[in-house]
Amino acid sequence: MKKTDDSLTSIIELGTDDEHASVVNSKRMVKRKFYDKLFYRLCQSTIILALIILVVLIAHILISGLSWLSIDFFTNFTSRFAEQAGIKAAIAGSMWVLFLTASFAIPLGVSAAIFLEEYAPKSKWVEWVQINIGNLAGMPSIVYGLVGLTVFVRYLNFERSLLAGSLTLALLVLPIIIISSQEAIKAVPLSLREAAYALGARKWQVVFLQVLPAALPGILTGVILSVSRAIGETAPLIVIGALSFVAFTPGSIWDEFTVLPIQIYNWASKPQVEFHQLAAAAIIVLLVLLFAMNFLAIYLRQKYQRYKL
Amino acid sequence: MSITILTTIAVIVLLGKESFEFFKEVSVVSFLFGTNWSPLIPPHSFGVLPLVCGTMWIVLGSVLFAVPIGLLVAVYLSEYASDKVKSYLKPVLELLAGIPTVVYGYFALTFITPLMKWINPEIEVFNAASGAIVVGIMILPMIASLCDDAFSAVPGSIKQGGYALGANTFEVIKDILIPATKSRIGAATVLAVSRAIGETMAVTLAAGATARLTADPFVSIQTMTSFIVQVTMGDAPAGGIEYLSSFAVGTLLFLMTLVMNIIGNQWVFKSRIRVV
Repeated sequence: MKKTDDSLTSIIELGTDDEHASVVNSKRMVKRKFYDKLFYRLCQSTIILALIILVVLIAHILISGLSWLSIDFFTNFTSRFAEQAGIKAAIAGSMWVLFLTASFAIPLGVSAAIFLEEYAPKSKWVEWVQINIGNLAGMPSIVYGLVGLTVFVRYLNFERSLLAGSLTLALLVLPIIIISSQEAIKAVPLSLREAAYALGARKWQVVFLQVLPAALPGILTGVILSVSRAIGETAPLIVIGALSFVAFTPGSIWDEFTVLPIQIYNWASKPQVEFHQLAAAAIIVLLVLLFAMNFLAIYLRQKYQRYKL
Repeated sequence: MSITILTTIAVIVLLGKESFEFFKEVSVVSFLFGTNWSPLIPPHSFGVLPLVCGTMWIVLGSVLFAVPIGLLVAVYLSEYASDKVKSYLKPVLELLAGIPTVVYGYFALTFITPLMKWINPEIEVFNAASGAIVVGIMILPMIASLCDDAFSAVPGSIKQGGYALGANTFEVIKDILIPATKSRIGAATVLAVSRAIGETMAVTLAAGATARLTADPFVSIQTMTSFIVQVTMGDAPAGGIEYLSSFAVGTLLFLMTLVMNIIGNQWVFKSRIRVV
């Protein structure tokens, strides 16, 4: 706070008539203006730097991968030969994982959020659960992998199946879905509930017919973002043992599988440049998928941003 | 709700159990303070410090890169950018945050490392610095948006008070905004450190798999996370010492990030301003 005092005295000094002081102060004024300008330019250049990084990242990937995108790339399985390699198995695996993870995590996460916001009593216990959810959301994804490996792959004997992978990812995104759904429910104004109660609605009618529809866009945004996190996730699936060389599309939840990020990792860690380019092509597919989901989420949020606190 | 409690209990019990098996064979002291890590090649040695050292290089580098830049980006967003510019920039930041880590790993390996080798050909293909930079890029959006939240929670009246006294924008930022939000900036940093510790794919791809204690960031290292990937990819038999060692490392990783997250969330709560 001392610094504040200094600059404030200097500002007050500006008002004195003493000639010497005003010369000193005009010099100081020039200096202050200079720093102000300099800092503005600094902020501006960092944001430009951040944008340049994003542009370089995307341009680099497009340049390396675009020429490898062809119909064959989508319809071929992976191969030892770069020219014949494709992402059919990986895309099928990713879609399965996306679907399964969503169907495990969304009902659980949203209902947990409704319970915590609307029904749970205010107690130490609930507060503890809340802190706990926050910590789970910050836990490294690879630790979820270790948990999935012991619980689903070994104790429950699901082997390296789609089921084990999706359950692991569902655990991973569950805390994120709960937190974002809670935010959405919290943002519904109290007056809406009170109006419904005033009209004689019961608790469940208020929650399911008034609060939930109002919170739905917010909940959807959170759900889309967390599910898109699940399809980008690599580490936990590697830990539970998803394969990188799969030459079939999974037919049931018990089958072994691979997903796009694992395919990318596998190709990127090979020494040959052709495989790096293949990885770039697969990244393009993955990013298009993710960006589409992100845009959908942003669109939903901006269109329905009615109840914002 | 009970699922989350079950998950927590499962994490603690499972990690605890498997680590207990591990510590039956290797003493805790020699694990925590040993300086030689060679779990896969005999003679086995399980001193975790080289892995911690690798992780610390990544954390240090990425935080030094991302915190100043993230802070300035947040300052720009909250103090300088017009609403229109902000409405374009925020989604861009969110896009950056949504890019999967394996993509960043690819970027480090095929762009940053060659760039660094172009400047200095002596640098190894896999090196800590490249991993640190890319993890820095990864955590940048997170720091920027946490700081931006903190800045927008500062009541406008304090800032207007500063302007009324004749302070210019830089002085308001330096003497009012930053001091008022320093605990939340601290919290953002701590949460970013926790993210960097747990980051896996980018460092596995970029920073190599050579566990060693080193003071040189331009050589290949191994982090705790990339060790777990290495073991689980290599089909280590369940119950074997290599397999168990990955759980011991996982436990350490879990405890480190847990402490960081608790501290970080505490700081956010303490800073009285309502948490978004």
